[in-house]
Amino acid sequence: MSKQIKRLDRVIIRFAGDSGDGMQLTGDRFTQESATFGNDLSTLPNFPAEIRAPQGTLPGVSSFQVHFADHDILTPGDAPDVLVAMNPAALRANLGDLPRGATIVVDTHDFTTRNLTKAGYAANPLEDETLSEYAVHALDLTGMTVEAVKEFGLSRKDSARAKNMFALGLLSWLYGRPIESTVTFLQKRFAKVPDLRDANITAFKAGWNFGETTETFVVSYEVKPAPMPTGTYRNITGNLALAYGLIAGSVQSGLRLFLGSYPITPASDILHELSKHKAFGVTTFQAEDEIAGIGAAIGASFSGSLGVTSTSGPGIALKSESIGLAVMTELPLLVIDVQRGGPSTGLPTKTEQADLLQAMFGRNGEAPVPIVAPRSPGDCFDTALEAVRIAVTYRTPVMLLSDGYLANGSEPWRVPELSELPEIDPAFAKEPNHGVVSLRDGSTDARSTNGRGAADGSSANGRGAADGSSANGRGATAEKREFWPYLRDEQTLARPWAIPGTPGLEHRIGGLEKGDGHGNISYDPANHDFMVRTRAAKVERIAESLPPLDVDDPEGLAKVLVLGWGSTYGPIGAGVRRVRRAGYHVAQVHLRHLNPFPRDLGEILKRYDKVLIPEMNLGQLAMLVRARYLVDAVGYNHVRGLPLKAAELAEAIGNLVADAEGIDVDLTGDPDTVNATTGRNES
Amino acid sequence: MSATDLPLPVTRSGIELVPPLEEGQTQTGKDFTSDQEVRWCPGCGDYAVLKAVQGFLPDLGLRRENIVFVSGIGCSSRFPYYLETYGMHSIHGRAPSIATGIATSREDLSVWVVTGDGDALSIGGNHLIHALRRNVNLTILLFNNRIYGLTKGQYSPTSETGKITKSTPMGSLDHPFNPVSLALGAEGTFVARTIDSDRRHLTSVLSAAAAHRGTSLVEIYQNCPIFNDGAFDAVKSPATRDEAIIGLEHGQPIRFGTDGFRGLVRDPATGGVKIVDVGDGPGQVSPDALLVHDAHNPDPTTAFAISRLTDAGRLHQAPIGIFRQVSRPTYDDLARDQIAHAAAAVSGSKTERLAALIGGGDTWTVA
Ligand code: SF4
Repeated sequence: MSKQIKRLDRVIIRFAGDSGDGMQLTGDRFTQESATFGNDLSTLPNFPAEIRAPQGTLPGVSSFQVHFADHDILTPGDAPDVLVAMNPAALRANLGDLPRGATIVVDTHDFTTRNLTKAGYAANPLEDETLSEYAVHALDLTGMTVEAVKEFGLSRKDSARAKNMFALGLLSWLYGRPIESTVTFLQKRFAKVPDLRDANITAFKAGWNFGETTETFVVSYEVKPAPMPTGTYRNITGNLALAYGLIAGSVQSGLRLFLGSYPITPASDILHELSKHKAFGVTTFQAEDEIAGIGAAIGASFSGSLGVTSTSGPGIALKSESIGLAVMTELPLLVIDVQRGGPSTGLPTKTEQADLLQAMFGRNGEAPVPIVAPRSPGDCFDTALEAVRIAVTYRTPVMLLSDGYLANGSEPWRVPELSELPEIDPAFAKEPNHGVVSLRDGSTDARSTNGRGAADGSSANGRGAADGSSANGRGATAEKREFWPYLRDEQTLARPWAIPGTPGLEHRIGGLEKGDGHGNISYDPANHDFMVRTRAAKVERIAESLPPLDVDDPEGLAKVLVLGWGSTYGPIGAGVRRVRRAGYHVAQVHLRHLNPFPRDLGEILKRYDKVLIPEMNLGQLAMLVRARYLVDAVGYNHVRGLPLKAAELAEAIGNLVADAEGIDVDLTGDPDTVNATTGRNES
Repeated sequence: MSATDLPLPVTRSGIELVPPLEEGQTQTGKDFTSDQEVRWCPGCGDYAVLKAVQGFLPDLGLRRENIVFVSGIGCSSRFPYYLETYGMHSIHGRAPSIATGIATSREDLSVWVVTGDGDALSIGGNHLIHALRRNVNLTILLFNNRIYGLTKGQYSPTSETGKITKSTPMGSLDHPFNPVSLALGAEGTFVARTIDSDRRHLTSVLSAAAAHRGTSLVEIYQNCPIFNDGAFDAVKSPATRDEAIIGLEHGQPIRFGTDGFRGLVRDPATGGVKIVDVGDGPGQVSPDALLVHDAHNPDPTTAFAISRLTDAGRLHQAPIGIFRQVSRPTYDDLARDQIAHAAAAVSGSKTERLAALIGGGDTWTVA
């Protein structure tokens, strides 16, 4: 039977089922198939914090949304065009997100009175008007799966468990996905259990064939590959890209990687991944608690490794005092916060960006810490490398703020050539850097190898003997060379990193205030003032090494600027595109560096009449920007545990454009605006 | 690969991989003395320990730059500043975790932790027991003065119940920890107790601790003349110490008291040990029947029973010496072995392998 093939430019599919139904795997396989096919894509896994919430209930529903297209896309999509629902709870939990006219593929097998009641349905929605506005394919997926695999003699339970592969096969047919990679994947995954391997492959192929032969589906769809810059691509999640970025940072700096970590959602995958790469000299230490995780990382950094600790918001709270120690001892250290909903335990599996101010200020005393944030799953790689560069160059802890959406979401990632990666020089101290010269008249004079940069706007009195002056002409007789651990590099203000095992550089550091230069304990008021300012100035100096910001304002006519950071990049970009397509002007800037801010940010902000800052928090970047630049930035804030929605964001941008330009803004002028039947509601 | 496939380097000494001094080079205590002024109160027991450590370090024959002292917070935690080695005066309670990172990332360092009863047993209790359980190759000197000194005299987790301090005017309610019992409970592989003022004993215990591969915990009874003076007089004063100190020496019957009139035997009634009078008289026990101390016994039960003879209240009696000294693979050696195994199983430079790693998985090419 030959079937009609219809071409679409993009589709959003959501696979939903019980936590035990294997929806994450199903979504992941569909994504891999689409990636290999060459579509651009973006994914959004969504699962409960409980490992196996009660079966068949709403809290137990797990879903995976994948958006794939023949062009460059930025988000996993606001609303699915297709919902695959494996039970009544999955249908009920997701129906509200579907636009009218969306397609629903539903497994009827579990629509029993008992399961309907568990899901909160008084009547069977397949039999009343509930779904009348949708294109529904009600199929006994489980029944067909059990039938297809009966030759393998599995228990009924095991047979039925292959239903996710049947569904995957059917959807793969419907959207013309290549199936070889999934077959290979199943062969590998179940290599040790031939029965399960064969049953899963059979169910997968049966699903495909069902689509091909049955008359339920008269059309199949085609989404052509997206044009992308040349190169080798792979699909990658944020946590994987982050782990790879850390390994790359280790290779590029020649420093051994040491991860001290305590398991926590959604950061644990970084620990899991790095623990597989011991061949790179990576040490992973699963500590007794969050504090020991960072403590061991600080110890490793002190001894010359690249110390890293990974966690989520609650873990950062526990690590605060130790981060302060790393600030005081000025040791390179990476602190990775994969943010989740808070406060307290909050929403462990949901995304949020509400740790920015914690990263910025969550320590006692003036304890400045550089902060970087990736914008997409693939960008986690580059951002990790950038964090390593800053930590090593400036001898400082660096905070990297990822989030649950980036961690688990995925996108096609162009694999970089190694020649594109930065070289990072640890520049360990090898020699004493300070000389005390005995003079003929019996007095002494001090001389430092490194000049010392002064902190902004302060002078320090009584900062110890050495003040950077050179020996004068009174005739030096002998010079005793010493090592001063707090003598700074003039340009970066970084202190020397002298690691144990280096003769002649024995020194002691710690949490007590250091005397400028010599680094001995100092309670001197002027010295403390100087050191506080110097630590702040050092972090500020990082801005000198940053490239100019990329201002996306195609015609230079925009009056409204949308400023974002982190994972909101996708929704903001998609929202901006919608506004532009409707014929309006808007500019976009996205920050990777949150502390220090890039030097040109202030000037850029002043170029625009209105600044909108969308964030998955209640306005944390907005607070920093308003305080720093005295700009009347407006927030757009949601904390729903999910990425911002592009359509709603476009609305907010449109309103601000209307306000700024004194015009009426009508986004329905966007040729690409909501059209539920084609699913063209999103870029 | 299971853990049992790994070669277990358990017979190494604690400092075997640390580079020694060059032939003919020597060191003295002065080489380990930094230029920093020592700032403990006059008469503080910490001075004696510092002197003993400065005097003992040259005996190790190690390069000074390969020795690291890490401390937490408290009076004793100032220790690293006074030693001309690498050092870190860290934050309260966390020294064992920092030292774990140092020891695990560098096999060529001799790593020491200096801590106190508050630092190690209160705020840092978790790190202490986990270091002991993992058996990381480090030596922990636990200065026990049974009081908080630096914060000016509150009771500590080793203070006797009922102690009147600034924070407990009606007497403390807490039952104290016995650090040795705690360390044995955490399956520490080297657990010892010594006294600040007994330089000979202190030095001999330090040597054994440094030579031990794994976490060595040395509890040092340390007098704080300002806030808890005389807490250890029973074991220090010539008049009482023979009765008070139950000396432990591996392979020797446990016998103490004036003229050795007392000793230890197993107590069938409790399963523990008890103190008996030694002699031929009625109710006395013959010297041959005394318990012979076996620090190398893999089962810590007897060592634990002996540790219970320490007074929990005001100290009148305490076993002193090495309670336990057994071999168990160390965490840091095993971690390095795993890395070495993994590295031996691959070929190509790190750069080549990095390119293969990031370019692996299901890839596709856009031309
Ligand atoms: S307070 Fe006690 S322990 Fe602290 S330095 Fe003074 S005497 Fe020593």
